[in-house]
Amino acid sequence: MKLYCLSGHPTLPCNILKFKSTTIMLDCGLDMTSTLNFLPLPLVQSPRLCNLPGWSLKDGNAFLDKELKECSGHVFVDSVPEFCLPETELIDLSTVDVILISNYHCMMALPYITEHTGFTGTVYATEPTVQIGRLLMEELVNFIERVPKAQSASLWKNKDIQRLLPSPLKDAVEVSTWRRCYTMQEVNSALSKIQLVGYSQKIELFGAVQVTPLSSGYALGSSNWIIQSHYEKVSYVSGSSLLTTHPQPMDQTSLKNSDVLVLTGLTQIPTANPDGMVGEFCSNLALTVRNGGNVLVPCYPSGVIYDLLECLYQYIDSAGLSSIPFYFISPVANSSLEFSQIFAEWLCHNKQSKVYLPEPPFPHAELIQTNKLKHYPSIHGDFSNDFRQPCVVFTGHPSLRFGDVVHFMELWGKSSLNTVIFTEPDFSYLEALAPYQPLAMKCIYCPIDTRLNFIQVSKLLKEVQPLHVVCPEQYTQPPPAQSHRMDLMIDCQPPPMSYRRAEVLALPFKRRYEKIEIMPELADSLVPMEIKPGISLATVSAVLHTKDNKHVLQPPPRPAQPTSGKKRKRVSDDVPDCQVLKPLLSGSIPVEQFVQTLEKHGFSDIKVEDTAKGHIVLLQEAETLIQIEEDSTHIICDNDEMLRVRLRDLVLKFLQKF
Amino acid sequence: MDPECARLLPALCAVLADPSQAVADDTCLEKLLDWFKTVTEAGSSLLLLQENPCLVDLLTHVLDLKPQNVSPRVLSFSLCLAGTFAAQEDCFEYLQQGQLLLGLFGEAGPLSWAAWSVPIVRSGWIRGLRSLAQHPSALHFLGDSGAVDALFSLQGDSSLFVASAASQLLVHILALSMQGKAAGSSSLQGSAWPACAQKIVDHVEACLCSTAAPQVTQALNVLTTTFGRCHNPWTEVLWGQLGPLVAHLLENEPIPAAHSLVDLLLSVARSGPRDMAVGGSSSPVFASADCGLWETTARMLSCLSPSQAGPLALGTLKLQNCPQALRSQAFGVLLQPLVCILRATAQAPGPPGVLDETTEGSSMTVDTLLSSKSACVGLLCQTLAHLEELQPLPQRPLHWPQTLLVEAAVIILKLCEGSVAPSSSEGGRLCGALAGCVRVQRAALDFLGTLSQGATSQELMLQVFAVLLETLESPASSPTVLKKAFQATLRWLLDSSLPPSSLDLGLPAPLFLKELFPVLQKRLCSPCWEVRDSALEFLTHLTACWGGEADFREVLLASEVPKLTWQLLRDPESYVRASAVTAMGRLSSQGLQAASESSGHLEVQQGLVGELLHILSVDSEGFPRRAVARVFTEWLRDSHADVARDTEWFVATVLPMVSRDLDWEVRAQGLELVQVFLAQTLGQSSPHCPYVVTLPKASPPSPLPEVLRTLCQLQVFDFAFRALFDCDRPVAQKACDLLLFLKDKTAPCSGLQEPGESSDVTSVEATLQRWQAGEQGQPLSTLEPKEVLAALRSMDLEGLQSRLAESSDHVEKSPQSLLQDVLATVAVLEENVADCY
Repeated sequence: MKLYCLSGHPTLPCNILKFKSTTIMLDCGLDMTSTLNFLPLPLVQSPRLCNLPGWSLKDGNAFLDKELKECSGHVFVDSVPEFCLPETELIDLSTVDVILISNYHCMMALPYITEHTGFTGTVYATEPTVQIGRLLMEELVNFIERVPKAQSASLWKNKDIQRLLPSPLKDAVEVSTWRRCYTMQEVNSALSKIQLVGYSQKIELFGAVQVTPLSSGYALGSSNWIIQSHYEKVSYVSGSSLLTTHPQPMDQTSLKNSDVLVLTGLTQIPTANPDGMVGEFCSNLALTVRNGGNVLVPCYPSGVIYDLLECLYQYIDSAGLSSIPFYFISPVANSSLEFSQIFAEWLCHNKQSKVYLPEPPFPHAELIQTNKLKHYPSIHGDFSNDFRQPCVVFTGHPSLRFGDVVHFMELWGKSSLNTVIFTEPDFSYLEALAPYQPLAMKCIYCPIDTRLNFIQVSKLLKEVQPLHVVCPEQYTQPPPAQSHRMDLMIDCQPPPMSYRRAEVLALPFKRRYEKIEIMPELADSLVPMEIKPGISLATVSAVLHTKDNKHVLQPPPRPAQPTSGKKRKRVSDDVPDCQVLKPLLSGSIPVEQFVQTLEKHGFSDIKVEDTAKGHIVLLQEAETLIQIEEDSTHIICDNDEMLRVRLRDLVLKFLQKF
Repeated sequence: MDPECARLLPALCAVLADPSQAVADDTCLEKLLDWFKTVTEAGSSLLLLQENPCLVDLLTHVLDLKPQNVSPRVLSFSLCLAGTFAAQEDCFEYLQQGQLLLGLFGEAGPLSWAAWSVPIVRSGWIRGLRSLAQHPSALHFLGDSGAVDALFSLQGDSSLFVASAASQLLVHILALSMQGKAAGSSSLQGSAWPACAQKIVDHVEACLCSTAAPQVTQALNVLTTTFGRCHNPWTEVLWGQLGPLVAHLLENEPIPAAHSLVDLLLSVARSGPRDMAVGGSSSPVFASADCGLWETTARMLSCLSPSQAGPLALGTLKLQNCPQALRSQAFGVLLQPLVCILRATAQAPGPPGVLDETTEGSSMTVDTLLSSKSACVGLLCQTLAHLEELQPLPQRPLHWPQTLLVEAAVIILKLCEGSVAPSSSEGGRLCGALAGCVRVQRAALDFLGTLSQGATSQELMLQVFAVLLETLESPASSPTVLKKAFQATLRWLLDSSLPPSSLDLGLPAPLFLKELFPVLQKRLCSPCWEVRDSALEFLTHLTACWGGEADFREVLLASEVPKLTWQLLRDPESYVRASAVTAMGRLSSQGLQAASESSGHLEVQQGLVGELLHILSVDSEGFPRRAVARVFTEWLRDSHADVARDTEWFVATVLPMVSRDLDWEVRAQGLELVQVFLAQTLGQSSPHCPYVVTLPKASPPSPLPEVLRTLCQLQVFDFAFRALFDCDRPVAQKACDLLLFLKDKTAPCSGLQEPGESSDVTSVEATLQRWQAGEQGQPLSTLEPKEVLAALRSMDLEGLQSRLAESSDHVEKSPQSLLQDVLATVAVLEENVADCY
């Protein structure tokens, strides 16, 4: 059993598990932090971004000035943003049988895999995962395609040139694998390969293994996966949460008794408590708006935004913010808000029960009804007519490199009354802000990450007790910025096995059993014999039939009837004839009683010698030697077949036959 | 005993003796026992029994009944009752004549019955014995009846109450048998102890030598109680005899019953004769060098685990008379965990002297701190609580290491915040154990708060303010932590020597304020109501103390805080509205309301009164209305500008609202407001002390008839008379006091009243009587001063005052009603039974 690790990002995993005869890809995360090296794509012509100076080497060589621009003391690539793909060389991806998706954030690389590697398998995911994943992809494609950029920079990626560049470009990894965004066509094609599954549904893969998605409590439709055969069980835990937010709670009990537990997608901000951060978010939002400032919240169109809107729904009246407009701008804003209301079966119990009242499970429906929350596909069109300040704007993309957020950063960045509040933990907010410096706008960092923290992990591991834990190497040591915090790592016995990008792990357990079925008529013919209380044995003579990874014992064909020599042999005649079976023996020979029996049968002058493995009984007169060991008995006598048979029969009296 | 009770007594005894009649509850039996106790204390028990033979009959009857027929409650009651009677020696003899006591308390009595398995019976048996053990005859009885042996085994009873009572009784018997032996301690040596005492001491000795921890604990408990309750020469001899055995316990590993051992040592150490301690003698008898107490304590301090040694160290430090070396050692034990924390985080741990004393045994402390999260948290919380308790005591060590303690509290808070990065591996593990630990954070903040009074260097003070600010600012701080952080901040701000305006800017407080206000603003906007509430409370206290200081006013007015506070008057949470009302009231008193951009200062002020009146009239919750009533009273008392402008209008507006409020506290507060108003218009009530200096009045009070007319117009009397019959006693009391004050003040005016005009009063009195009868809806016709005066004179306000002063259940508490109650309950139960058929 092997694990191929294609991604180094602990929360955007992409691993391949080879288990029995199957090749299973676990998640398909796309690392988008690479986009931070690119210039923002402004929706509205920005003189500032258009007229940036080109970057030249220290010696004045300016051959890169078309590709690289200097902005706010940093160097950025002036090109269509590119993403860092999972490793494609480590294993032939066309051999992947299935891809299991755990949540909508972890499927963003799917089109790259399904459309460009020869992949012919099936993708499994829950319905909300697919629908919201599609929204995220659609938004991404839309953001990038609506600001067409002719140029695609590649010169700087040359290894020799990259060495000469300033940080962080110099240190960017795997730049040669960076790719431009996929198209909507590729997205549709990739999504068409997905087969929908429900929680706890058992899916057979080629009869060899069974995979089951379990609720993971992190996002709508998010799942952990159990991959098991009859005797082995691998759990894949990715992006799980024990907090009570909108999704169905995490199913922990089904993870018990795993041989291997692959643990990814823990919180990226282990020291921050989501409750405290929500409080911080609300307080800062209220303070800014009260002072006449605007609040910008760069976010994804789904996920935490639902919880934030719910908090604000309860908060705005008490904080006297009822008259402040909230805008949600995304090409998929409408679908996202509506989808959230229709996936009732995937929601937590509270929200599920609302559906029966009937009421919309999320209170943002009421915010929309009362006109407190308005949503628009983009800043163009209706929005510009309705736009009123001060206001709160939720929009993407959290990297601040593309999407409507770029416009608001340019618009509001210069006033200290305004605030940008970062709630998505995926991007370093300082790096995200780099091309907008100097910035007068206030910046608040309130990362809200509801995924498991290390205390919860340690409780979970105590609860489910896996034999082995496998996790990204980042989780086996404290975070670099807090190297003294020994509590911020996975602590379990035996210590977890860690992996990094492009590594292949041999998982530390061996398969020892295989299940074989016995056909009823064969089973009928068996005559078990009890050899110990509770244990019966029977000999089986059968044909082992293996098909689709299923093994069946069938009755042996009847001995071939003597046929006329003329007839040609048929295929079935190749099956070797069953010989008359010798009975199997079991039991042990008590030496003293054996000697007494020999004496009774007229043997005298018997000597017994003890050996390392058993005893030797010497019949000196007959010049015969009986060697009795745990698993064999030899009678050694010279050419006296009669004697040997007599002695053999005496030995056999002590043994059971079947 | 009054005749009525004596008349009811036979019926009561009959009910109790009848097993078919269940007594409703234990509390009435307990009340009966209390009553019998007061009766017997007041007179002769023998006489009581002779006059009421039904009592002895009851006891005999209980014994005569077949054991299985007695209800455990009645049996327990009878045992206690017999003990109460037998407390007097003549009565004891009387009961003994009939072998009644032996029957009840002897080995053939309940001790051997099945009912003994019920804890209440065992408890009653012990309580009965405890009551009767008052005289020498009782001692003989105890010795002969085998009760002492039974008590030995009851010490290990499954019921903790029974076990504890047994232990207490043993101590009582020991003390009783030693009574009169106090003189001449030499005679107590050897085997000169009375048999009963000797038996108990032998038992304790045997238990101390036992290897079973429960036995040792029992012995230690008996000794702890013995030394705790009295000091006599014999107790000293006892310690001389048993002290070595106690010291011997320390040689075991682990030390058995460590907690009880600590209690014992502290009990012995505290048991010095009171007169000697007060009389200025250097040390009590026990503390003399040869009794080994201090040596044992010292050894114990060094060998107990840190969490067990903590209470002993604190107890030792609280002693008046303990040797200096031991005090130093004990203080070292208390400081150890903090020193270890400072070391692990590589902070320079204070003056070298303290360190030297604490190095010994510190490895054990480090082990405890690092062993597990719960051990670390437990030890730190305990240590911080002990030091907090010690801090304000006069016995605290002279060399109080203020710097070390403040540093430790600061570093602990930083560890909890996760904002310190110690390089050592111990530091890292501490960080992991304490990060985000709310319990330790709370304890450290409480402790840091108490340290505000000591002298702290400016540099350290900056650190304190920094860590407090960090805690207040941190999104991870829980509401309770924030509350404590606000409290600690307030203490440090107010205690940091001087108010801000009189300081040069180098000192931390004013600078800190500038950083504090943005945080306060944020907390006032918190989605969590507890946080908004604590922030408002903090603001109120700070404004009350510093409202007049220029620096504070400047920072406050430059911030959004006044505006936010105003908005919180409409908060959805009633507690927050109440706190916002109080805070706004305080800000407004100090002229610190925000001048809104749109409206002028005056409008804001008018707006506030209007807003508060709105809350008073429509708020559905009591807390905000109470707060408004309090703020209005304060404003009136302090002559707040808005109120002083037209006081009568103010009172006339507020009174109708408070007088009809559903919440009694609002009504009571309304009467308080009236009282303040009256004091201002009529002058203070005449001082009882003739030497009290009265300030010259700014304006002479108006003539009395005019004032009375105004009061009538303002419907003050209507309110006060109505409140006199309020269903809530505090309101009625307050109204009564108020009317008495008015009666006193209007006495000179009585000349207004013509003798023949008394008929005017009748309608008023009629209305008042109806009110008293509960018809509060009845309106009172508009009162004239004359009617009021007449009503005041005709009412027995003094009588009403004393009636109201009695507790509301004084009628129902009489023994007669108790007896009636018991009988009535039985009757009701009987009726119910009859109904069933």
